[in-house]
Amino acid sequence: MTEHSPPAGPGARGEVNEQANEQVNESVYDKVYDVAVIGAGVVGSAIARDLSGHDLSVVLLDARDDVGDGTSKANTAILHTGFDAKPGTLESRLVRRGYELLSAYADDTGIPVERTGALLVAWTPEEQDALPGLREKAVANGYEHCEPVTAEEVYRQVPALGPGALGGLTVPDESIICTWTTTLALATDATARGTTVLLGHRVDAVEGAEAGTEGTAAGESTAGTEAAPGGDTTTLRTSRGSVTARWVVNAAGLGADALDGLFGHRRFTVTPRRGELLVFDKLARPLADRIVLPVPSSLGKGVLISPTIYGNVMLGPTAEDLTDRTDTGTSESGFEFLRTKGTRLMPTLLEEEVTASYAGLRAAIDHGDYLIEPSPEQRYLLVGGIRSTGLTASLAIAEHVRGVLAEAGLKLEPRLDLPEPPRMPNLGEAYLRPYQDAALIAEDSAYGRIVCFCERVTEGEIRDAYRSPLPPAGLDGLRRRTRAMNGRCQGFYCGATVDALMATKGGTCQEAAK
Amino acid sequence: MLTPDVVIVGAGPAGLTAAAELAPRCGTGRVLVLDREAAAGGIPRHSDHTGYGIRDLKRVVTGPAYARTLVDRARAAGADIRTEATVTGWSGERSLEVTTPSGRLRVDARAVVLATGARERPRAARLIPGDRPAGVYTTGQLQNLVHLHHREVGRRAVVVGAELVSWSAVLTLREAGCRTVLMTTEYDTPDAYAAFHVPGRALLKEAVATGTRITRIIGHGRLEAVEVEETATGVRRTVACDTLILTGSWIPDHELARTAGLDLDPGTKGPLVDTALRTSRPGVFAAGNLLHAVDTADIAALDGRHVARHVRLWLDGHQPHETAVPIVADEPFRWVAPGLLRVGDPAPPRDRLLLWTERLVRVPRVTVRQDGRLLNRRVIPWPAAPGRVFRVPWNLLRNVDPKGGPIRIGL
Repeated sequence: MTEHSPPAGPGARGEVNEQANEQVNESVYDKVYDVAVIGAGVVGSAIARDLSGHDLSVVLLDARDDVGDGTSKANTAILHTGFDAKPGTLESRLVRRGYELLSAYADDTGIPVERTGALLVAWTPEEQDALPGLREKAVANGYEHCEPVTAEEVYRQVPALGPGALGGLTVPDESIICTWTTTLALATDATARGTTVLLGHRVDAVEGAEAGTEGTAAGESTAGTEAAPGGDTTTLRTSRGSVTARWVVNAAGLGADALDGLFGHRRFTVTPRRGELLVFDKLARPLADRIVLPVPSSLGKGVLISPTIYGNVMLGPTAEDLTDRTDTGTSESGFEFLRTKGTRLMPTLLEEEVTASYAGLRAAIDHGDYLIEPSPEQRYLLVGGIRSTGLTASLAIAEHVRGVLAEAGLKLEPRLDLPEPPRMPNLGEAYLRPYQDAALIAEDSAYGRIVCFCERVTEGEIRDAYRSPLPPAGLDGLRRRTRAMNGRCQGFYCGATVDALMATKGGTCQEAAK
Repeated sequence: MLTPDVVIVGAGPAGLTAAAELAPRCGTGRVLVLDREAAAGGIPRHSDHTGYGIRDLKRVVTGPAYARTLVDRARAAGADIRTEATVTGWSGERSLEVTTPSGRLRVDARAVVLATGARERPRAARLIPGDRPAGVYTTGQLQNLVHLHHREVGRRAVVVGAELVSWSAVLTLREAGCRTVLMTTEYDTPDAYAAFHVPGRALLKEAVATGTRITRIIGHGRLEAVEVEETATGVRRTVACDTLILTGSWIPDHELARTAGLDLDPGTKGPLVDTALRTSRPGVFAAGNLLHAVDTADIAALDGRHVARHVRLWLDGHQPHETAVPIVADEPFRWVAPGLLRVGDPAPPRDRLLLWTERLVRVPRVTVRQDGRLLNRRVIPWPAAPGRVFRVPWNLLRNVDPKGGPIRIGL
């Protein structure tokens, strides 16, 4: 789910995707695509991948210079069982299905997943009273493995917890996953299947026979529910050129409501909800070997402690509704809140060094469920309100979207000539990394040349990122593909070398030193 | 597998000096120095200004020249120095796993010296809120960028900190064509930095803003400004700048010490060592800024000379006495190093205890207490100032009982 609304400024975060500029030739604007998917976050990428598994031409557009650069990059990165979803909702169904699909896809592609399990901890009698209800809710969601545990068991499982826990509920299948690799794998897969990926293309206006251009109310269309072959199309005016497609899918995350407005709808409003997180040093990892969840209250889900797939420990998020959709800054009050909470939850964690702090925006909407609504007369589909669970649900959302589009009239012929899914570089701490792989280093010494010492990222991995089908647009993109500069020193040692390697677009350290 | 007598982790001043002392006695190639960087020499390599070598070489040279001298000495003594060799973990008591471009290595040594140094806390560790623009660096990254990679920085810098290293950052910025428009320190006594103020004023038009902290980083893409607060009044203002240098606030690179499960000193956050610089694991020693982050390069080098003596004794079969008492820092000191006194042990390096103070004490009257008794008290003729190591003569600990209770150093 990426941001559709105007970016923070030209080349936000100082990054300009030269590759995107080089690769875009005029023909991409002349062509009429069967489907345009707007938003190259985890959801849009999953949809593009799924659709391009059919006899369709698909284009995936994003305002940002990289995939997964909006909401998807700052997810809490939990692969949810869906135990605490609202039973009966579309979200509940898709999270449950998505858990299965993404688990299998992770096996196929090498997206790192760790089956850590989670423990819900009750700190007050009220919270303790809520546990049986949560277990029943889990069962109603089709998840039957939650077990109540005593306070003693809580401390046996997580000895570092602060005093005062009264009891808990286990969620053995809740897992952690790499959100960056997931989005990248889906977008890479989509590319391999023939999807045209247009980054740095912000959709500013929508035109077409049925599009609700200004002054034209939606629904005046005379088109049937079936798109006429070679018939009516929608033209998306973007910041770099116009893209024409027969069908349009709006997976624009934080910008989904504004884009929906361009189609003449006033269905919902996205409220950017800021979540701030503290990431603690890897040396803290023994303190939290599973996800520690608060008991959800009327005030929301609260602050959790979670191991990360990169071997750190994360504390957060806060929840604060904003109006500025570009405000991904951290705040004094957010840090203060997290420190206070964290000191109570796990005092020893707060004695560890903080490696990183983040703020992410999630697309909260004034609607209790995922909002997946087709407008067949416009050959347009809204995929809105996909909150934090969207990472887990992504593949199921894509599957669901496929069904909705078919029903709305899109002809879908599965292809028989699909390429193998990509094998992604492993960023997970629990799996073999190149610096540990003697056979790999023997074959190619670049995997034995560690560039980023804290995260042990090698020259070979940085080079590979630049040679991949979706190379990084800037430092943030490189960080998400390799973990370079994500470690405790944040560049004290490696910053200059990484900078030089970026300038050579993934050359060798020797070249970079020149 | 490599089986040297001694493996030293870190080719900075401490590691190289230890290697130069040990190699002639152990034999050519029997002392192995591992460093993860592409070139040996440690931090002085990218501190391209003078002021190095006073206490160990007895002459003053620039950082890079100092680094070259130490590397040459260790090599000439017969030490095997390997760069681009990252120690990634332990595979035994004195056995290391190493990644190099020519393959994965295992090193089994009779003695290990950890000399992994220290780094400055980056922005996240200091919990500075705000945007995440480019242009925010530690001194280490700045010096790397400017001196080793000849990259450009911005035009207007704010430097956080007013320690020795902060002035070093100002010099580097000036060389890179970047003006320092403000220096801030959370400490409220400008006099603490009098030694630096005189030369400093020539470099910096504005005075150091004392009692001031950074409360927000502002800028999308590139840094645009920082918000600073005068802590006493709570008054905040915005300072336009495109570069922010976070100096000081040191943390030892203690990953190997922690993953080995060595006892740590809660004050220094480095491994807890006795005056012979032994850690809690037999045959594993530590030296340099891993133990006292951060002191000057020559002090680290002299640690290396000191530890070499005791590594030799260990190799000769000498066993330390089992009984030791902790040396503890009392307020206003944050830490003291070394942190253990063992029966029969020598004085620490340079016959000094090293301490770090939280506030300026112009005339420090240092006290030594044990088991509730005041053993010694002495006025030290130099101030205890935040931002630099405060050194106390070892003979102040005369009469302490290495079999008694903790030795407390205070004021």
